[in-house]
Amino acid sequence: MTASPTSAQFVLNAHQAFEDEQLQKALHLTREGFVANRAAAAARLPEFEALRDSARDIKAHTLGLLDLYLEAYEKKVIEAGGTVHWARTGEEANSIIIEICKRHGAKTVTKGKSMVAEETGLNDALAAQGISPVETDLGEYLIQLRHEMPSHIIAPAVHLTRDQIEADFRRNHADLPPERDLTEPTALLAEARGVLREKFLAADVGITGANFLVAETGTSIIVTNEGNGDLTQILPPVHIVLTSIEKVVPTLEDVSQILRVLARSATGQDISVYTTFSTGPRRPGDPDGPEEYHVVLLDNGRSSMLGTDFADMLRCIRCGACLNHCPVYQAVGGHAYGWVYPGPMGAVLTPSLIGIDKSAPLPNASTFCGACESVCPVRIPLPKLMRHWRERQTERGLAPQAQRWGLGLWGFFARRPDLYRLATRIAMPLLAWLGRSEGRFSRLPLANGWTATRDFPAPQGDTFQAQWRKRTKTAAAHGDGE
Amino acid sequence: MSARAEIFANVRHALAVSGNEAPRRRSVEDRLRHAPQGVIPARGQGDAAARLALFRDEAERVSADVTELESAQQIPAAIATFLHDRNLPARLRCGSDPYLAALSWEATGLHVEKGRADPSDLVCVSHAFAGVAETGTLVLTSGGDNPTTLNFLPDTHIVVLNAADIVGDYEAAWQKLRMVYGKGLMPRTVNFITGPSRSADIGHSLLLGAHGPRTLHILVVNEGA
Ligand code: SF4
Repeated sequence: MTASPTSAQFVLNAHQAFEDEQLQKALHLTREGFVANRAAAAARLPEFEALRDSARDIKAHTLGLLDLYLEAYEKKVIEAGGTVHWARTGEEANSIIIEICKRHGAKTVTKGKSMVAEETGLNDALAAQGISPVETDLGEYLIQLRHEMPSHIIAPAVHLTRDQIEADFRRNHADLPPERDLTEPTALLAEARGVLREKFLAADVGITGANFLVAETGTSIIVTNEGNGDLTQILPPVHIVLTSIEKVVPTLEDVSQILRVLARSATGQDISVYTTFSTGPRRPGDPDGPEEYHVVLLDNGRSSMLGTDFADMLRCIRCGACLNHCPVYQAVGGHAYGWVYPGPMGAVLTPSLIGIDKSAPLPNASTFCGACESVCPVRIPLPKLMRHWRERQTERGLAPQAQRWGLGLWGFFARRPDLYRLATRIAMPLLAWLGRSEGRFSRLPLANGWTATRDFPAPQGDTFQAQWRKRTKTAAAHGDGE
Repeated sequence: MSARAEIFANVRHALAVSGNEAPRRRSVEDRLRHAPQGVIPARGQGDAAARLALFRDEAERVSADVTELESAQQIPAAIATFLHDRNLPARLRCGSDPYLAALSWEATGLHVEKGRADPSDLVCVSHAFAGVAETGTLVLTSGGDNPTTLNFLPDTHIVVLNAADIVGDYEAAWQKLRMVYGKGLMPRTVNFITGPSRSADIGHSLLLGAHGPRTLHILVVNEGA
């Protein structure tokens, strides 16, 4: 079962995000950190821009030869004693993993952070079979306690405040004495570390994702700061890597190029604390490490992106920089995007993976400021790709729905004076686009704050409300009701 | 059609290739064989002394402690002092690494246990395969000599690094690894470790000591100094 999306109601989601004080507080706390840290890390490395070109070229080279690199990778995994499984869909990937777990009589599995596992809805699938998945990345663990999706691809619980985390621990950790002082973040960290340490030691199977796969050696790579991914994969007797086909790169040299831009773009570290290269199961004489090593390679729509406008998106290394620099993401957080991948990268990738009909608003959730592309370490032209989606929507007659969405979005931004500037940046292009066929709007309610500082399309005599009614009717006549 | 066959068919259809084109195959074989280097940061390209200085700066920048020793024989005493200063018990765990095994531990009164880490171990000692100056990164390889669990289970991880094993960049570490394991071959696990474990997931502040060690202490043995 794939995680069910609510991307089609981006407007409603975004609206709720604005009303959510805790979320706004959390977003505010993170906003500057990511941006400043990336800038400082980039400035410290004179070769940074050249490395971005190099990373882009390596990914583009590999994607053009993807079939051959996957063959080479698979051969090396098998030579090292590992097993490669292929999955067309999320359901297929989940059944492969469940089958392996059942063969080992697994009751609990520990999990390193994996966006692909979010994509396939692995946790629910495991739980439905009586196997308990335990997320071990602290952020993932926090949102698992809350039954939420990650709101950021590298900082899944970035939307939570310290107070919320303490409340969740007190609710969920049965052995936690009520009098224990958890005021300090370090006390919360120690509490989580203690609880999860037990889980690591008890797990029957460890599941991680992979940031990269290396064809030269049949190696899977995870990049973490906590060390949870490593405890997940070295303690249980079985290690399963769940990842997707576009993660392969040719050589150790190639992955080294990309590693130099990954952490700098993500958190502003020069390199993450732990970069771990795993090849096959434990060797004769090894005192630790898993006895079985499986790699599950998911396609789930990626192969059909090759050779299209959206092939560039397959270069993505999931650094999160485009989220961190996006004014829309900064304003509404990740959950508003309604599925696994938020922000600009999600606005392009989600329609490819779940269908534009289920995610129509996402390619419009942009201010067209271009910040995402300017920081993307593999130089994905994100605004251009969002535009491609909008063009396809128009071609496929999805525009009326998107137009109604646009008006709704304008409405709720407009009611929040502090967001006028942002709203203007979002709404102006949208309104221009909406106005294409039937002329511009004459007057917009509460628009004084804008018109004072902005050029606005000349009045034509019809009121906004009238336009609105007319459009709603037209849309209904198209049978495009929601 | 099997999932594998269908995925390959889809990839090839999308790329408009059959998979048998000789130039494509050659391109892949060449790259895998020659592993061309890309852009290498200039900052790691100094001589041995510059590499050591850079390694130290970078490792300290990410909150590792670095101590330099003039000879391997100083290692046991240095560790004993470190544990004493931190109020830690005088016991540690290491693998069967011959370099560490050759040291005279008894004289220091340290209790040394061998093998993979146990969850109750507070302190583990490893011998690094290499250090990478450009980011202060340790390279550790799995096996009986230095079991991987030593790197992650204890609260304090002490890593011995020979100054002669400090290379400038990641690419040089791979060259060194290939000399030992052979081209295209890897130990089960290679760990790049850069500083102690940390997390920013709680309350938006960076905290040291998430799941892995809270303390990373590096002993650089510089016998040429
Ligand atoms: S699209 Fe670019 S910036 Fe965004 S997550 Fe992917 S690699 Fe990072």
